[in-house]
Amino acid sequence: MEILMSFLIGILFMTATYLMLSKSLLRIIIGTGLLSHGAHLLILTMGGLKRGAAPLLGEHAKSYVDPLPQALILTAIVISFGVTSFFLVLAYRAYQELGTDNMDRLRGKEGHE
Amino acid sequence: MSLLHLAIVSPLVLAALIPTLYRTFPKIHTGWFLLPLPILLFSYFLQFISQTSQGNTITRNLQWIPSLGIDFTVKIDGLGLLFALLITGIGSLVVLYSIYYLSKEKEKLNLFYVYLLLFMGAMLGVVLSDNLILLYSFWELTSFSSFLLIGYWHHRERSRYGAQKSMLITVFGGLAMLGGILLLYMMTGTFSISETIAVAGELPGSQLFIPALLCFLLGAFTKSAQFPFHIWLPDAMEAPTPVSAYLHSATMVKAGIYLVARLTPIFAQSGIWLWLVAGIGIITLFWGSFSAVRQSDLKGILAYSTISQLGMIMSLLGIGAVALHFDGVNDGIYTVAVTAAVFHLINHATFKGSLFMAVGIIDHETGTRDIRRLGGLMTLMPITFTISLIGTLSMAGLPPFNGFLSKEMFFTGMLNAKEAGIFSLDVWGILFPVIAWTGSVFTFVYCMILLFRTFTGGFKPEKLDKEPHEAPLGMLVPPIILASLVIVFGLFPKLLANTLISPAMAAILPSLVEDGKQFNVHISHWHGFKPELFMTIGVVLVGILLYKTQESWSGIYRLFPEKFSFNKLYDHSLELLQRVSRKFTRMYMNGFIRTYLVYIFSFFIFILGVALVYSQAVKFDTADLAEVRFYEVILVAIIALSSVSILFAKSRLTSIILLGAVGYTVALFFVIFRAPDLALTQLVIETVSVSLFLLCFYHLPKLRKSEGRVGFKLFNLLIAAGVGAIVTVISLSAHSSKKFESISNYYIENTYKKAGGENMVNVILVDFRGFDTLFEICVLGIAALGIYGMIKLRLAKGKTE
Amino acid sequence: MMKTNDIILQTVTKVTLFVIILFSIYLFFTGHYHPGGGFIGGLMSSGAIVLLLLAYDIKTVTAILPVDYKKMIGAGLLFSAGTGTGALIAGKPFLTHAYTYVSLPLLGKTSLHTAVLFDTGVFLVVIGVTMTIIQTIGESE
Repeated sequence: MEILMSFLIGILFMTATYLMLSKSLLRIIIGTGLLSHGAHLLILTMGGLKRGAAPLLGEHAKSYVDPLPQALILTAIVISFGVTSFFLVLAYRAYQELGTDNMDRLRGKEGHE
Repeated sequence: MSLLHLAIVSPLVLAALIPTLYRTFPKIHTGWFLLPLPILLFSYFLQFISQTSQGNTITRNLQWIPSLGIDFTVKIDGLGLLFALLITGIGSLVVLYSIYYLSKEKEKLNLFYVYLLLFMGAMLGVVLSDNLILLYSFWELTSFSSFLLIGYWHHRERSRYGAQKSMLITVFGGLAMLGGILLLYMMTGTFSISETIAVAGELPGSQLFIPALLCFLLGAFTKSAQFPFHIWLPDAMEAPTPVSAYLHSATMVKAGIYLVARLTPIFAQSGIWLWLVAGIGIITLFWGSFSAVRQSDLKGILAYSTISQLGMIMSLLGIGAVALHFDGVNDGIYTVAVTAAVFHLINHATFKGSLFMAVGIIDHETGTRDIRRLGGLMTLMPITFTISLIGTLSMAGLPPFNGFLSKEMFFTGMLNAKEAGIFSLDVWGILFPVIAWTGSVFTFVYCMILLFRTFTGGFKPEKLDKEPHEAPLGMLVPPIILASLVIVFGLFPKLLANTLISPAMAAILPSLVEDGKQFNVHISHWHGFKPELFMTIGVVLVGILLYKTQESWSGIYRLFPEKFSFNKLYDHSLELLQRVSRKFTRMYMNGFIRTYLVYIFSFFIFILGVALVYSQAVKFDTADLAEVRFYEVILVAIIALSSVSILFAKSRLTSIILLGAVGYTVALFFVIFRAPDLALTQLVIETVSVSLFLLCFYHLPKLRKSEGRVGFKLFNLLIAAGVGAIVTVISLSAHSSKKFESISNYYIENTYKKAGGENMVNVILVDFRGFDTLFEICVLGIAALGIYGMIKLRLAKGKTE
Repeated sequence: MMKTNDIILQTVTKVTLFVIILFSIYLFFTGHYHPGGGFIGGLMSSGAIVLLLLAYDIKTVTAILPVDYKKMIGAGLLFSAGTGTGALIAGKPFLTHAYTYVSLPLLGKTSLHTAVLFDTGVFLVVIGVTMTIIQTIGESE
């Protein structure tokens, strides 16, 4: 399963990178969304999959899955939500002000470093 | 934290209070609040004389970063104390002077005094710290505060230029010095100066010895404006005159001298040290006095004269290093150079300080410092004239002033250099007295120019902006005090001999003096008819001749074309540096975010790939795998398919829905992999974010059909595939190699015991790692406020961006 | 936007809203022992409000829930940071929690935990953030 997951994570990262390198703002944002999904799965896979019960002591199991990656991912999910929405609004406002979402036209002007 | 530490940081503490005082008492000149501090410090340091003149040192330690061997260690010995007294003594006079020089109404006094106090504290730190890193920190602080002070009148272009120049050159030297400190540390394993001196004998064998020596000298030469780094000092004269009097004559430029003196026990065993310090010093002496003659700005003359005098002290210290190669305290013929150096250090501070203040008075009262516009001020400003007379005659080396005494000793030292017979001094040593004498002639000439062009000759009121008259008393008191010191030290040099000079020498040449004994400093007015006396007489005669005939020989200055001067070299290289770096930056910072992303991803691939190979982390272990089940394969297929098909999605809606599909499937994965909290969160978040996307996408334009040429796409694909591959390898290797024991057992065991909960994930979030969560919600809050701001706060169009 | 007939959605929303909110409160309180907690509870609650927003328009919703969500973020942060500071006053490191068990009528043996206060902060911040984002975007149309 871990091998399969590794390849899935690879695919997610690849598509995310490709989208982020494109010219349209919306695609870039979707790319960041995919990137965070990939990263979450990566953290989960690194901790090992399915070795025990869910991390609830109420389960009274002999072994539990690693709770630490889960805590990290929970934080990451919420943060990535915040960042994605920020990014989305940024894109929307930039389009509204500047009239384009083409990254090639959204470059800094000379002398405005 | 001893009283000594407190004394060093007290100026910095007061600096923090100055803005409040300035605002609370706008009626009172801020300088009055300052004045007590340096006076207090001066009297505090005075009491140490009784200690140091016994040959004792006082060390106080305060731990700073003990793990790195960096401590706030302060040490008072003869040398440090001498400088501390100069800093606080001249400091008091300068503060008093500045109160009358800077107008309360026109100037931003709060800034000025904050900078000045910063400088004072930093300078005290430099001369009293016994730890090299501490010394370096304070050293850089002096550069910074000097930068701020030179640029104090920042609306003037010349001020900004001068400030930048001094900053660039002195900080360059400071960094070189840091390199030297680290090299020294590699040899000795300690940052303590005392400990380094204790093991100094073993150092010259090391390969790093010479590089360290050169680095330190770079630091000292840039700070003390030695040839060819002297070019910053004349431009630094743009600072208000109290600053020039304080920093650029009496204290900061002497930090380099201090450093050389302080390190003499460590490095002076080397012939390179001797030749560099003495050679550069003597060249600086000549070049400074030679260039001073052609200046027409009074402060310009003083600046070059300072350069020249610093060179003189430097060369004396270099020659004094010869003494280390001979045993015995009574071998006075080489230690006399060091005596002269220390003595002249004090003398220079007194007469140059008074001259700067006098020039400041002239500038203040007439509105100009140009000697072509000045003249005949003797009758109008008699007190200022007297001060200048004493100062210039002392500087020119005439009896009975203190400058005469130290100049005589200087000649003695230079003449003795030839006798030593080491490091080929017997061959080339003759150059020292010759250059020294020539330099002194020019010193005499510019002293005459300074004095007579300003005060004698015809008075030219039509060329002056103001009606000149004598300065207010408060402005006259500080230079009068300094000028009287010039006379007192000149008549009674014994006052200094055993109190300041010999303890300072003991610190410079510690190996030559036995415990509890003293250098026998002998300063006399009359040596008999010796070469020194004839040299002085020669200086006076030739000097007068040259002064009278200046018109006829001033053409030699035109022999050096302006464009080959060091100033032009500096300007051009700075300009070149800016142009090249701008061009270079433009080359890769082209403003396209995409390019930056390409850099980031390429570097990501590169650094991770290298790290993986280097640490031999690539592993593939199929042993301990979770089983694969049918549903999971379907989920994997769904994610893979939908993420890939986003790439080909033609419409906005499709890609958003596909992203949602990936998100929900990830949530299902969390269910399968026994992460109920994550599954719940992911489901809700996905719902909210999809609705967010849907809300926003109306406002975004449609996706374009084509993203560009095939080459563009292929390149993107290449990078994307690289990132994907490297992450896959990392993921596989992370699974296959378990380098460390998992720490999760701690959480599993203690969730109930210590936190009284059962849901480990939640307990980790709110209890074990509560800090993370706290910051996380802060980040969320910031994001929300950012969004709120972006939408609500619309700037008027075309106004700003 | 197109004029749509929202009656079904609105009616269903009226019923489900309270169920969702109740569920979210349950999730919030059960967090220490079962899946749930401040994050999930907060998100679930804001999901409920988003549903309300979808069914009705912003004006109606602000009339029903006249809350300034930005202030909610601040309140939540204060709550969380305040809980941490409370530990400081007790002479323990920042964010040290304490808990005890008490017997309450009807509920029986119940644990009281300062972590709940901290989680309340998280809960409030999450609702505040989500709603601030959605509301400002919605209003800007």
